[in-house]
Amino acid sequence: MNRLVLLALRIAVALVLLAAWHVLTTVPIGGRKLLDPFFFSTPLDVLARVWKDFAGGGIWRHLGITLLETVLAFTIGSVGGIVFGFVFARGELVAAVFDPYIKAANALPRVVLAPIFALWFGLGIWSKVALGFTLVFFIVFFNVYQGVREVSPTILANARMLGMNERQLLRHVYWPAALTWMFSSLHTAVGFALVGAVVGEYLGSAAGLGYKIHEAESVFDVTGVFAGMLILAVFVIVIDSVVTAIEKRLLVWRPGQASTTAQG
Amino acid sequence: MSLPPGDAPAVALRGVSISFAVDGGGAYDAVARTDLSVAPGEFVAIVGPTGCGKSTLLNVAAGLLRPSTGGTEILGARLEGLNARAGYLFQQDALMPWKTALDNVAVALEPQGVARAEALDRARAWLARVGLEAFAARYPHMLSGGQRKRVALAQVLIRDPAILLMDEPFGPLDAQTRQIMGNLLLDLWARDRKAVMFVTHDLEEAIALSDRVVVMSAGPAASIVDDFRVDLARPRDIAEIRTEPAFHEIHRAIWAKLRGEVRKAYALGEGRAS
Repeated sequence: MNRLVLLALRIAVALVLLAAWHVLTTVPIGGRKLLDPFFFSTPLDVLARVWKDFAGGGIWRHLGITLLETVLAFTIGSVGGIVFGFVFARGELVAAVFDPYIKAANALPRVVLAPIFALWFGLGIWSKVALGFTLVFFIVFFNVYQGVREVSPTILANARMLGMNERQLLRHVYWPAALTWMFSSLHTAVGFALVGAVVGEYLGSAAGLGYKIHEAESVFDVTGVFAGMLILAVFVIVIDSVVTAIEKRLLVWRPGQASTTAQG
Repeated sequence: MSLPPGDAPAVALRGVSISFAVDGGGAYDAVARTDLSVAPGEFVAIVGPTGCGKSTLLNVAAGLLRPSTGGTEILGARLEGLNARAGYLFQQDALMPWKTALDNVAVALEPQGVARAEALDRARAWLARVGLEAFAARYPHMLSGGQRKRVALAQVLIRDPAILLMDEPFGPLDAQTRQIMGNLLLDLWARDRKAVMFVTHDLEEAIALSDRVVVMSAGPAASIVDDFRVDLARPRDIAEIRTEPAFHEIHRAIWAKLRGEVRKAYALGEGRAS
């Protein structure tokens, strides 16, 4: 499909929904408004609030803190996941011994940990980073583990026949193979890092987007909640496109990734 | 076997048997008590019915597989672990998909401690030798099957191994590409005449390329049942040599032997299937 047509259709969907929202909350139909603006706010109010937030400049601090928490959770979680993924994939015994514990820890709903982390790490950014970490770590861990385990035996045998030692195998074979798998989970991992940050803020903090939303909710400020959600949604899209750009650069060798430039 | 006195064979398999453990107990004897000797500079093709253990034998010579009994000697020394003197060309794609053609070839020099800049220079020269200098920056998925084999060939040969082990390397290619690759291989081989073990199911390819064709019997417990010398003049052209009467004579002689083994293999296969 033509890119412009697609874009037009996407915008059309947004416009239709916004128009419906606007009409239902502001235009009286049969003598009364079908949706009460107190409970549902109105699109124009929400946009005005977002504008006010940015014009006032106070929102940047909250965005910055949420971004910092997301990046930290993602980075620390990824590094941990990669290290443990490699250790487990290369060490049969370690993997066998810890298997049930890893599964149990992964099955645990992370939200129940949030109060504990708040106790341990305080109400600052580190309790949110810890929550994001527990989400990111397992995604990256399982993917790296899988990636290292499923390296093509032929590529491995070939590399060995070329005389590579363990360190060279790690660098030229295992690491790039694991990286592919990791990148396939990157979008999910970044998303979870953000979820960890926002949920953590929501449950107890003094700054961040989650805090803003929570603050608005506690005074029944529906417009404020929707404005916070809108900012959050745009924030997610921006982060996701950054990830896509990095992925395209690093995985240029993968079939399909660079197919437009491949066949000259 | 005509070996110059005092000159150890490049590869000597002595009394090699290989059995694999089968699920649910027991063992499957793939290869039984096989001897094979390849002289330095000799091009030996191994033919046999599908699943007879040709590749298994090659993996033993490579040190990728330990024989259940018997042993391997490489240039007079007993083989322990991987065969560092051998280059192995695999049937399947073995290039690292995350490296360009150039990097795939250059990385083969890293274990020898060659500096990166020099490795890249030598890799470029090798890519030129296999006719791919214009494709150095491409990743494997951007290359055709034949081009990938050329890169793999350069990757193996840049290390200058004394022995070349090839496991149906041109199997997945189409007929014309196989001929081109066969001629390229002979051309490169003629420069320094490494010892070659070349496994194939294609008898014509085997005769056209090699000095000796070894016939393996149908498995299980396969072994070498015959050994033919191919006295055709070199240099050869793979496509043209097939029209020569001497080629036909050798082909007839070997096929008379091979046909029986192929039939046996099919009969066993049918029996197993029903």
